[in-house]
Amino acid sequence: MNAPILDPVLPLRPALDHLDWLEAEAIYILREVAGQCSNPALLFSGGKDSIVLLRLAEKAFRPGRFPFPLLHIDTGHNYSEVIDFRDARACELNERLIVRSVESSMARGTVRLKSADESRNKHQSVTLLEAIEEFGFDACIGGARRDEEKARAKERIFSFRDEFGGWDPKNQRPELWDLFNARVHKGENIRAFPISNWTELDVWQYIAREGLALPPIYFAHIRPVVRKGNLLQPVTDLTPARDGDVIEQLRVRFRTVGDITCTAPVESDADTVDKIIAETATTTITERGATRLDDQASEAAMEQRKKEGYF
Amino acid sequence: MSAIEHIPEFGSPVDNGLLRFLTCGSVDDGKSTLIGRLLFDTKAILADTLHAIEKTSLRRGMEAVDLSLLTDGLQAEREQGITIDVAYRYFSTGRRKYIIADAPGHEQYTRNMVTAASTADLAIILIDARKGVLTQTRRHSYLAHLVGIPHLLVAVNKMDLIGYDRAVFERIRLEYLAFAQQLGIKDVRFIPLSALNGDMLVDRGDNLGWYEGPTLIDILESAPAAHSASDERFRFPVQFVCRPQKADDPLLHDYRGFMGRVESGGIEVGDEVVVLPSERHSRIKGIQIGGRSLPRAVAEQSVTLLLEDEIDISRGDMIVRGDARESALVTRRIEAMLCWMGESPLDARRKYLIRQTTRDARALLDEIAYRLDINSLQQVAAGEIGMNDIARVSFKLAQPLVVDRYAENRATGAFIVIDESTNNTVGAGMIL
Repeated sequence: MNAPILDPVLPLRPALDHLDWLEAEAIYILREVAGQCSNPALLFSGGKDSIVLLRLAEKAFRPGRFPFPLLHIDTGHNYSEVIDFRDARACELNERLIVRSVESSMARGTVRLKSADESRNKHQSVTLLEAIEEFGFDACIGGARRDEEKARAKERIFSFRDEFGGWDPKNQRPELWDLFNARVHKGENIRAFPISNWTELDVWQYIAREGLALPPIYFAHIRPVVRKGNLLQPVTDLTPARDGDVIEQLRVRFRTVGDITCTAPVESDADTVDKIIAETATTTITERGATRLDDQASEAAMEQRKKEGYF
Repeated sequence: MSAIEHIPEFGSPVDNGLLRFLTCGSVDDGKSTLIGRLLFDTKAILADTLHAIEKTSLRRGMEAVDLSLLTDGLQAEREQGITIDVAYRYFSTGRRKYIIADAPGHEQYTRNMVTAASTADLAIILIDARKGVLTQTRRHSYLAHLVGIPHLLVAVNKMDLIGYDRAVFERIRLEYLAFAQQLGIKDVRFIPLSALNGDMLVDRGDNLGWYEGPTLIDILESAPAAHSASDERFRFPVQFVCRPQKADDPLLHDYRGFMGRVESGGIEVGDEVVVLPSERHSRIKGIQIGGRSLPRAVAEQSVTLLLEDEIDISRGDMIVRGDARESALVTRRIEAMLCWMGESPLDARRKYLIRQTTRDARALLDEIAYRLDINSLQQVAAGEIGMNDIARVSFKLAQPLVVDRYAENRATGAFIVIDESTNNTVGAGMIL
């Protein structure tokens, strides 16, 4: 005889709240990658979305080790706080971290910048594809979300990439139910996105619920910036103020963290996760709209980069 | 009280989980406008996005902001002014999180509609009030029903263009009901609205005073999600087996964790289970998530199960509760409704791979019973099944699958067909 599983008087509220559901789905996706792919890697940059991925991987695979290494494609232009965080977190989890850098690709001649100050962000694709080839990865797990950008809104959770790493938006594999198809031939690979269905707010709510640590630049701090159109550009060694720029000391935080040359902070007093959640719930500007210099190029900037192998 | 007055916050006592719904209709039915309006009225659209579509509307010579531009995705779609692929949109009311699957309505895109419907709890079927029930309305409704969406919501849109005439709404309602009855659709509701003006979406507006039912958002807020029945049978397809290698912790030396998601029903520590297809029996020793123990697990939770006995279990095996063993069918032959999605037709001479839950089996077409004409909904004889065809077929399998009827369990009754030469997903099936 079994005890009844559920209380006979069911409350209206479902057993799983929305974060429980998203978490369970993401764990399921991570385990499908592990179950279907022979040599996957998880892309970990030290940013908030990939920090969430690591917690989900812990929930999916502990007490075992992760069935994949962590991989970071480093442009060499990242904030040192983020790189320090990346290394500390990998060490704390006792998981293997592989770092491959755009600078090595430049030294090999496979990445050539148009000019010394061109952003290296889009060139990450080349280095990523080189790393995939070097290690023979058949899948890369990434923290991209469909609410970030409209090309991503149409990308599969298991996204097929050809030998050139290219995404063909008009010829995607149908993806039905939770029956994911990660089968590839040699040289091709899958990009898997466990938090596809999460929004920026979901990510912050999950960070709060799990008490996840983040690099300090996600929280409000004073930083020298100059105004460039609608965006704030941080004044750094890589992005010095130019003649005529007015340097202001503003209280800012980063909503997304990436290459220094293309990530802008927003003005904010939110210095705790709870304050960031409140701010995210009431913001009037999209995450990438406020912060990404690389998506402002055109309506199809992201779509174009993805076709070339980007995330 | 409008639901969107609640600002989403963590720890809010009101969290009605998550609802996935599908919108079906063609470009002309105002589907994109409806989605745009929902996102706009629930404040899911932010200023910079709005600014971008304002600019585009202006450039295209429109007077008002065209909310349908919000659902434009890819470059090719913008060029052609159509939707090619399923897009997913998100909004939250603070009570509930929503995922909209936006499926294109064109005739040639049956496969997209089936794809979008496969994960939806509810479908909104859009009807242009001026045009009434069309062939494509029937097609969309049939597909939504076929894919087992429990709740259908018929939205009679563009009421503003017919002077908010109640008689028109009633006529469409009766016509649709007659058709729904033929198909065996049970849970269907009707709502008059104007997506353009926002009447009856989030706000009631001033124009539909004669309609006393709930607004669209009220229906969405209270619609039950898929897993609300408590009498479902426990199904747990094993995804991955955790055997910590050279564990630092000697306590983990004998650890065998069977990882997966509860697809239906629930399980408690101590319950008797049967592993299929091997038919081995054991009991649940522990339920864990991330190494933390739980007393029980319910549908849609991803957990790790520990068993009392050491038995050989691998990915693709199904764990069911002992008292539900008889309900699960272990079979080497399946009958199903199949939606073909491949560029080349289903080839009776070739072996395909069928993936159902976490299990794969080689499959050979056994028989095509009939093809369904998706416009007339008539069964027609068919020698060949091509892209976007729906047919009743049977497959012979080289390895047994553990299945339920799709009508009883979407997770264990669904499968995809994979062409091993391309590795493409070329079909989607629902077991009868």
